[in-house]
Amino acid sequence: MTDPVHARISDIVNSHDVVLFMKGTPLFPQCGFSSRAVAILERIGAPFESVDVLQDQEIRQGIKGYSDWPTIPQLYVKGEFLGGSDIMMEMYEAGELKQLLSEQGVIAA
Amino acid sequence: MPMAADEIEALIREGIPDATVEITDLAGDGDHYAAHVTAESFRGMSRIAQQRAVYAALGGRMGGVLHALQLTTAIPK
Repeated sequence: MTDPVHARISDIVNSHDVVLFMKGTPLFPQCGFSSRAVAILERIGAPFESVDVLQDQEIRQGIKGYSDWPTIPQLYVKGEFLGGSDIMMEMYEAGELKQLLSEQGVIAA
Repeated sequence: MPMAADEIEALIREGIPDATVEITDLAGDGDHYAAHVTAESFRGMSRIAQQRAVYAALGGRMGGVLHALQLTTAIPK
């Protein structure tokens, strides 16, 4: 029997191309790592759905088990976990994030 | 109780014996560090797998007592 919270998370990540689970909102990020993740996505021009885990404790705890990743923010592209803020930064600096998002048809090439 | 830099380094090296670890104290408050971990055993692993190995070495402290650890991983040049 799948974990109901994991099912909820799976619904969210599979119904939007890009999902960022973060602390706070893109307008009012509540943590440095989350605001860095938002800045990266905005700079690349990638539209994304954000989920404020501070408003949903169930998701806040469930997401860590779902992706086997201990921290927030977490980025998902086409349902696949991509990484946290550090990996987003590394991929962004290497141009890999923009390339991946354009390959996935999320942003124009 | 925040963690000391050498404690973080020791844990990572215990979990990843061939790792070299450089820790930078970002804020001087014992709670905001950056760690750069280089290990031959990372070769062929994805970035996520490399970082998961470091988090595993930190034994669940990541996101708990260790709130903010900026982590980058690499393989030796």
